[in-house]
Order: sequence, then structure tokens, then C-alpha cells
Amino acid sequence: MRGPAEGRNPEGSDLLVDTPPGDHSTRSGVATQRGLFDPEIVGPALSGAVRKLDPRVQVRNPVMFVVLIGTVVTLVEAIPHPSIFTWGVFIWLLLTVLFANFAEAMAEGRGKAQADSLRRMRTETDARRLGAGGAEEMVPAAELAKGDCVVCEAGDVIPSDGEIIEGVASVDESAITGESAPVIRESGGDRSAVTGGTTVLSDRIVVRITAEQGHTFLDRMIGLVEGASRQKTPNEIALTILLAALTIIFLPVVVVLEPFAHYANGSVQVVSLIALLVALIPTTIGALLSAIGIAGMDRLVQRNVLAMSGRAVEAAGDVSTLLLDKTGTITLGNRMAAAFLPVGGASEESLADAAQLASLADETPEGRSVVVLAKERFDIRARDLSGDYDFVPFSAQTRMSGLDIDGRRIRKGAAEAVRRWVREQGGTVPANLAEVVERTAKAGSTPLVVADGPNVLGVIELKDVVKSGIAERFQQLRAIGIRTVMITGDNPLTAAAIASEAGVDDYLAEATPEAKMALIKEEQEGGKLVAMTGDGTNDAPALAQADVGVAMNTGTMAAKEAGNMVDLDSNPTKLIDIVEIGKQLLITRGALTTFSIANDVAKYFAIIPALFAATYPQLGTLNIMRLHSPHSAILSAVIFNALVIVALIPLALRGVRYRPSGAAAILRRNVLIYGVGGIIVPFIGIKAIDLILTATGLY
Amino acid sequence: MGFFLTIVVMVAVLALVWRYLGSYMVSVYEGRVRWLGFVERPLYRVMGLDPEAEQSWRRYATALVVFSMVAILLTYVLLRLQAHLPLNPQHQAAVGPALSFNTAVSFVTNTNWQNYSGESTMSYLSQMVALAVQNFLSASVGIAVAIALIRGFARRGSSTIGNFWVDLVRGTIYILLPVSFVFALIFVSQGAVQTLSGVANIHNHLTGVHQAIPRGPIASQEVIKQFGTNGGGFFNANSAHPFENPNGITNLLEILLILAIPVALTYTFGKMVGSVRQGVAVLTVMTILFGGWLGITAAAEHSPNPAVAAAGMVHQSSGNTVGKETRFGDTTSALFNVTSTQTSTGSVNSSADSYNALGGMGLLAGMMQGDITPGGVGSGLYTILLSAIIAVFIGGLMIGRTPEYLGKKIQAREVKLAALGVLVMPVTVLVLTGIGVAVHAGTSVTGNNGPHGFSEILYAFTSQANNNGSAFAGLSSNTPFYNILGGVAMLLGRFFIIIPVLALAGSLAGKQLVPSSAGTFRTDTPLFVGLLIGVILIVGGLTFFPALSLGPVVEQLSHGKLY
Repeated sequence: MRGPAEGRNPEGSDLLVDTPPGDHSTRSGVATQRGLFDPEIVGPALSGAVRKLDPRVQVRNPVMFVVLIGTVVTLVEAIPHPSIFTWGVFIWLLLTVLFANFAEAMAEGRGKAQADSLRRMRTETDARRLGAGGAEEMVPAAELAKGDCVVCEAGDVIPSDGEIIEGVASVDESAITGESAPVIRESGGDRSAVTGGTTVLSDRIVVRITAEQGHTFLDRMIGLVEGASRQKTPNEIALTILLAALTIIFLPVVVVLEPFAHYANGSVQVVSLIALLVALIPTTIGALLSAIGIAGMDRLVQRNVLAMSGRAVEAAGDVSTLLLDKTGTITLGNRMAAAFLPVGGASEESLADAAQLASLADETPEGRSVVVLAKERFDIRARDLSGDYDFVPFSAQTRMSGLDIDGRRIRKGAAEAVRRWVREQGGTVPANLAEVVERTAKAGSTPLVVADGPNVLGVIELKDVVKSGIAERFQQLRAIGIRTVMITGDNPLTAAAIASEAGVDDYLAEATPEAKMALIKEEQEGGKLVAMTGDGTNDAPALAQADVGVAMNTGTMAAKEAGNMVDLDSNPTKLIDIVEIGKQLLITRGALTTFSIANDVAKYFAIIPALFAATYPQLGTLNIMRLHSPHSAILSAVIFNALVIVALIPLALRGVRYRPSGAAAILRRNVLIYGVGGIIVPFIGIKAIDLILTATGLY
Repeated sequence: MGFFLTIVVMVAVLALVWRYLGSYMVSVYEGRVRWLGFVERPLYRVMGLDPEAEQSWRRYATALVVFSMVAILLTYVLLRLQAHLPLNPQHQAAVGPALSFNTAVSFVTNTNWQNYSGESTMSYLSQMVALAVQNFLSASVGIAVAIALIRGFARRGSSTIGNFWVDLVRGTIYILLPVSFVFALIFVSQGAVQTLSGVANIHNHLTGVHQAIPRGPIASQEVIKQFGTNGGGFFNANSAHPFENPNGITNLLEILLILAIPVALTYTFGKMVGSVRQGVAVLTVMTILFGGWLGITAAAEHSPNPAVAAAGMVHQSSGNTVGKETRFGDTTSALFNVTSTQTSTGSVNSSADSYNALGGMGLLAGMMQGDITPGGVGSGLYTILLSAIIAVFIGGLMIGRTPEYLGKKIQAREVKLAALGVLVMPVTVLVLTGIGVAVHAGTSVTGNNGPHGFSEILYAFTSQANNNGSAFAGLSSNTPFYNILGGVAMLLGRFFIIIPVLALAGSLAGKQLVPSSAGTFRTDTPLFVGLLIGVILIVGGLTFFPALSLGPVVEQLSHGKLY
């Protein structure tokens, strides 16, 4: 397995570590950043709200369907018995349905806007198809079939998803990922996949098409962000059932008020009963439920993550074990020089000097870090190499690199190799070298031994640098009950050292794909849900087995097919954000359900005394809000019920604020805000609306 | 004994009962109690039963329903034929068809709603074989369902939830029969009557008055009536009658017998699911709600009766003593009636109809919650667990995980079944009350007009749909209309909750356990207790707010202030 963050700016991968969900870095690509009430979305959403009045659309949402029927019945009643009250109720019931439609249309609109920008990429290009004899022919991209081979050169747009079978090229994938830096794609190995719609910047490659037309990655992405293929998720289905049950209970509660009133020698208006019914059934959550779901997916897209199903997003909230690759997720992915440890009689400065010389030509990040460290510690600056010198590059045979200058032969390399090289020259190895090397290795670092001719000067300690802030992040995860397991190819000693520094709960050292798979299965057998990231073809089985498998966009097609999410930024740290977005989705649903039910208490105190004002004037005692008149009381409750939907649209789209903490703390907070708050708020709201209605003098 | 001393004794005794009867029941239903093996084994042989063979939830439910239907039929036939059967010293005539239907359903569903006066309707055979037998069996069925649901939570990946016949036999012979036997003797020692002789004829030579005093096998029936939370009295006066409930000691014992199994089952629950704390949480919810309604009713009954005051008849130095036995007093009577209405027992030692409006509402509200505080034997626990599932679902969502209860994921199927079980009772009550107040057959037999008459009808259907059996009195409900509609309410309230509960048990038993972590929503904390109370009060309150407003609340307001 490869470190997934290779070839990318290490600071870039650090970006998300300290960023709570909800904040986004501005970038282009899929994740177009938009304001909550962007006029480009609001406009179409308004007309969408009207179009969704179609009963065939409404019937999918049992709660709102009841409201629609109630609206129609009110209209039928209002025509023969016109009054400000009956028409007032009708208008506000209609608005209730429209507000619900608007919320959904808003959520969908955000996805549609993204889909449109993706569609623009799918322009009609021509492809240079390779014939049987190697001859090229120009065909429209739409005619390409799976298995065809096409040639792409600098400036060409890759016509469809495929795999490079020949050549290497730099590719601009910014159209999909928003990342402007080009990436290298080459045949063979884990970087051979290319995506249709991306542009070749240099060189020539031959690509074998791996996707049928209409089923490319781009097509799937468009479908996903548009929500065309959206299906209700398991928890959403369960919640819909509960809401339907509450609606069914309230139906007889309201209907029997007619005979109850009749028994008391009174009567109640049908319009008032419908108003009561709509006020009681959970319209707030019913109206916002689908918007919450769509917006949850959208929040992922905003972070450049494409989830193949809402089910996967929901599963992310349930995850109890995170498998994180060490490189790129926990550590920056590059080993950096951290200390110079002299041995024998050598001074630290002479060691640093020699080490810097030996690394001058070493263009690897490790080599550069040695130069930088020497500069930082002893102010040894890059020097003028004027004399006779010769670079000795690293080779697999010598396992050393270095510089021959002015008769000096300076080398750095693996301890064993340098030791043998020194002995070959008749030098002696200082007695404490073995001890220093072993200590360094035990601390999780890599020791590089530096020798000047036959003299061993000391050891450069190369450290795998743990990302800043990651330990706190793991601490938060532990608080919300998620166990982190670090996956690394390192030996157990190194792995243990890094694991303890990063604060993960467990680690899997010398990990093979099989070991990873076995670990996932073991966790799942204990009833846990596992999330992981991966990019290589050999990760594919584990990605498929994991409950949440996030494939890196830089990875192979096989990995992307196996996982249920793709991270376009290829940033494995994002797994943590995905978990939080999953939780936020569920919390938003639960909070608004609680709020919706808690609201009913105040509505009863408004409507019941009003309904029976004529029959039982003594029930006026229950009118604790001192509402002006029966009609203003009922209408105020209905208006409040409609307006609260609009007021909560931003919350539904943005999601309830989520702070990682223990279950009890989160629950206490949400019960207080949405439960207790949900009881109190409507008392204030209904009273306020009643005061305004009274001021108009109509009621 | 004073009211508060009674409470203290009650709590102390129940604590012991909770612990020891609770763990005894675990042993009984796990098959570790064998001391009556010489009765148990031959029974299985006669029934052709392998006690080790378990059933899926469907087979369990089928067996339960078939058994209950056969029991209804047998009871019906016995009542219809009682005139031709032995042990009928008073030559009671056959019970009418509608009344027989209502009574048979009533006793088989553990309701014990009585549209008749025992002493003037039933032969001793009917009392002993038709009714008392069902007092045992219906109680045992209720506990069996609760145990099956507990098994659902406790097991993992299991396709079975126990064996109905084995649970039925074990509950009857190891729990109900021995306790009833011992306590019947104690009741006899306190003066409860136990005889097969007919009416005692007494001629008072001084006044020249001739009295015929009904007697019968009363003590034996009295204990199971309370212990099985049945509530069907031998006499119409029920536990207010001195032959049933002779003195303060038996009165306290009756209260304890009523509460014993429902309370102890929470220990059984906790023990079987592997955490007694879980049972404590459920018991705490039950206790707080029970205490609340008791407080309201006792306070209301400790106040003077406004109707009496309005008539200016007597100076009321103490509380509302109308319809209460002076042996028990106002608050202790309230304690008895609250205990019996909140357990779906329905026996009374004072007339609920004569309670002050808020006192009556305290009784009614306990039932409207679904009789779960602590509820009937078995039914209290399995019904409150339905509410717990709803509470867990809403609470679980609010912490951002697929909700789980006792390590079992609560998903669409569980929510569907729990919601079904929760909505059956209110829908039944409201629809039938709506019919009751709309038709002449319903309104013509109420004892009062206006809100009080409304309360009588509402109370009747609330009581029957909850399988409670408590009667508000005032309503002359021995009419075909009430007999048949009441029977329907009792059947719906029993089996349309039991079947979803068993389906739930089956669904839960098949699931794997999710290990708990810091992210798990804990259900053994005060927070959960508060949430569950909130769900019960809000859902129950929202359902019955209009109905309560139009009955007891209006009535109370007519007398002046609400409180």
C-alpha cells in the first residue's frame, strides 16, 4: 500500500484537521460555495414550490398530504361560508404546504446548481479512437464503448472514464476536484485511472475506456448531487413511520370533537377542526424531513465528498471504529530530520555539516529537511560548491547516498550499509552507534547514519511528523465513543511510538490488505460499524467490506467502485468530518421532531378553549395566553405553524450545530433547546401573532 | 394506619418484593425452578409438549391467541349454561348472551370489567371455574408476553422467543397459585368469607327485618383478583365489601398484592437483560408518575366535596367522604383506587363516581397513559417498553446515531410495531367514546348529564380498552350496546398490543448486540428517565387533552377554580 497523500502538498492535507464541519475552504469545482439564500436558488425554488402541489408528489409525504387534503376541504367550506376567518385559514394552510415544498425545492436547488456546473464539463468532445491496426480515427465521445482504446495528448479532454495502458501524463482534474495543481497519471499501478472530463496537460497517453456511456463517474456524480437517485435512508423511513403514526392518532382526536361537541349541545366549525388537526400533526418535521436529507448529502458535496447513497451517510454517523492510514492521515506523510545525534568523538555541528553536504543533492523531502535542520540549528547555509565534487546518488545496492568533495567521501544511509562501508575502508565503528541507532528506532524514528570516510560521525533522526491538532481530534472522537485504529506498514516498534504520540486507541502494524480485512470483519462481528479510507486496488475488498468506505479520487477505479464514498480532495483526514456530518444529519431530524411534537402543547391551549368558547365558556380558564377571540386564537396557531417552517429552513439546510461530546451531553443540550424550547417558543409566537391580528382590527 | 405510614410500609415491603420476587421470576422463566416438577412434568405430558422446544414469535402469538379464544368460548358457554350446572345454591339463571360475551372477554383479557353484580348473577361454579380460572390464566398470559419481550432484548441472533405453553404453565403453578393459596388463608384469618353454602338468611326478631346475606368462596377469589391485577370482585361492591376486604390489614395487603408482580417484573427485566439498572430506570419512571397521580387524587379527595357543600347538607370537617368506607378514610381510599387504576386491576374500595372531579381525573389519567405505572401483570411492563422504544428513537436521533435500546438497534420495523402498539389504545378509546356520545343507546344510560355524563362514557371505554376494568359507576352499562362495544374495546386493547409486542420480541431477538461506548445513548440514567416521562406525558396528554377538557376539567371549572 502506498501513502495516499503522496505527491501532494503536506500542508494541504492539514487543512481540515482543525476545521469544524460547516466551514468550507473556498474552491471551485463541484463544491461551489453558495449562500443559504442565493437568489439563483431561491428563484427556481419558489416556482418549484408551486409545481410540487401535485398530489402525486404530495402523497409521498403522509403528513403534508393530510395538510393538502385539509386545505382543499377548507376551500370547499370557505366558498359557501365566506368569512375572513375561513379564507384566512385556507390561505395559511395553503402556505403551509407551499412552505414545505419550498424547503424541499431549496435543498434540491442547491444540488441542481452543482449538477449544472458538472454538466457543462460533459461537452461533446471528439475522441481519437485507436483502430485494430493502430490507426487513429476521430469519433464522437458518445460513441465510445467499454474496452475501446483512445489516445489523448496535451490539451485533449479525456473523453470518458478509463485506465491508462500506455504512457504517463500530467492531468488537470480541477474540473472535478477543484484542486488546481495537476496530478500525474501513469500506466500500471494505483495511479492509472483517469476520469472523463479532465484535461491532459502534457505528454501522450493511451486510455482504455472502462465505463459505458451514461454510466461514467461524471454521470453518477450529476445524478447524486441532483438527488435524482435519492432514496429514503433507513432512519428516515423509521421516522416517517413514527410521524405517520402520530398523524393517525391525531385524526380521531380531532374527528371525535364533532360528536363530543354535539353531546354538549354545541357545535364546532369544520374549518376550526381542520385547523386543529394541522396544528397537531407533526407538520414542522414533516415539511422539512426531505430537505434535511438532501441538505445532508449536499453538505458532503460541499466538502468535495460524493456519497453513493444516503444510507452510507447515515452509517457514517453510526461508525464506532475508524481505520486510518498512518501516512497522510495521522502523519504528514514525509519523514523529516528532527535531530542530529553524534557518536564517538564527533561534535554535533560537524555531524550537521557533513549531513548537510551529503544531502545537498538529495531532492527528496527527507533530504531537503536535513539541509533545513542544519541551517536552523547551526546556521549552516547552502554553500558554494566550487571545488571538485561528485554526487553519489542513492542506489538499492549501496543503500547510501552522498557527496565526494575535495577528497572527502561523505555518505549517509541505512545503519547496516554505512557500517559495512566504513569497515571496508578500515575504519572503526564507535561503540555507542548501535545503541543510538536502536534508541532512535524504538522512538518510532528512522535512523540515518552519516560517515565521513572511515569515521562514523553520528545519526540523523528522521521523524514521521504527526499532524498538529490530530491528537485533540482523536480525543474528541473518543468522547463521542469512536475508536481509532492506525493502519501502517511500519514495524510494530515504530507503529507503537507513533500511535502513542498521535493518541490513537490501537494500531495495526505491518498491515497487509488481508490483515486489514480481518480487522474489519472482527470489529463487525462484535456489532461495530467500521469506516476506512483507501485508494489502491488491493484496498478494494476492505473498502467494500467496511460500512463506510471512502475511496480517494486519486485512487484506482477498483477502489472507487468498491467504496461507498469518494473524496475528490483525496484527503483521508476527511473521514472524521464525514462521521460528523452523518451525526449532524440524524441530530437535525431528531431535534426537529422533538420541537414539532413539543409545539403541540401551546397549540392546544390556544385552540381548545376557542373551539368550545360558546359551549363551555368556563374553558376560557385554559386560554392562558389570553388570546383575543376564538377566531384570532385558531388563526394565530395556524399562522405560527406555517411560519415556523420557514423560520426553520435555514436550520434544516445547515443542520443543527454539532459539538463533539458524550452522548449524554449532546442529548441534554438538544432536549433543552428543542424539547423545552419547543414547548415555550409557540406560547410566545402565538401570542405575538394574536396581538398583530388584533391590531388589524379584523378579528 | 395513617396515609403516610401506609406509604412507608408499602415502599419498604415492595422493595423486598421487587428484589426477591423479581429474581424468583427470572429463575421460574429460565426453567431453574423445579419444586413443583411433579405437577409440571405430567402437565406437559398430557399436553403432549416438549418443554425444551421453543417457538418463533409467530407460533408463540398464534398459540396465545388460539388459547385465549378457546378460553373466551369456554367461559361464554359456562355462563350461558350455569342454570343447568352444579354449585348454584341460589339458582341463578343463565347469563344473557351479550353480557356473557362481555364478561367472557373481560376475564380472558385480564380486564374484569363487570356489567353485572356478582352476588345476584353468578353461580359459585361460574365464579370459580369460569371467572377465577381466567383470573389465573389471563394473568399468566400477560406475564408470559412480558417475558417473551424481555427475551427479545436479551437474546442475540435467535429465531425463537420461548414457548408459550411452558411460560403459561410455569407462571401459573410457580407464581400465581402458591401465593394465592397462602394469602387466601391469611385473608380468611382476617375475616374474609370462604364457603360454598348459599345465602345466609337472618331474621332480626327485634326489628322484624329479614335479611338475606350473600356468601360464597370469596377469600380464594379475592387474592388472585388483586395479585393477578384482574379486579373482578365477587360482589358488586368489590373491595369496599367487608367480606372481600374486612379490615385495614387486608386493605394494605390488597394494595401490596396488586403492586407485587408489576413492580417485581422490572427487576426481572433488568436481570434478564444483564443490567438491573435498566430495570431501576423503568421502575423509577413508573414510581414518579404513580406518585404524581396519587398526589393529585389524594389531595383532591382530602378536600371537601363541592356538591355536598353546595347543597349545604353537612359540615365537612375532613375530605370528601362521599362513597368511601369509614374503615379506610379519604386518602387511603384514594391510594387503593389509584393503585388499582394504575395497574389495570380496576378493583375499588370506594366509588370513583363520587370522587371530586380532579380526583376522578387522577384515576382516569393513569389509565390514559396506557396503564403502565406500574400497569397490569406483564402488560404494564410490555406497554411501557413500547413507549421506551419511542423515547429511545427520538432521543437516539438527537445524539446522532441509529437509536438503540439495550444494545438492539431500533429501526423501521421496531418503530412501526411500537407505534402500532401505542396508538391502538387511544384510537379505540376516542372512536368508541365518539360513538358512545353520538348515539342514543350510549347517552341514555348515563347517570348524569353534561360533562359528568361524558366522563362516565369516556371512563368506561378508557377502562376497557386498557384492560383495566375499573368502573366509574353511574353508567348503567349492562345493555347490548355497551356489552358488545366494550367487548370489542377489550379485545382490541389486549390482542392488538400483544401481537405487535410479540412481533417486536421476534424482531429484537434476531438482532445482534451493538457494543456500548461513550457515544451510546444510555437508558439507565436520570436523563432517560426524564425523557421517557416526557414522552409518556406529552403523547398521552396530547391524545387526551380535548377529551379531558370536555369532561373532568369543565366539570371542575364549573365548581370554581381548576385547582
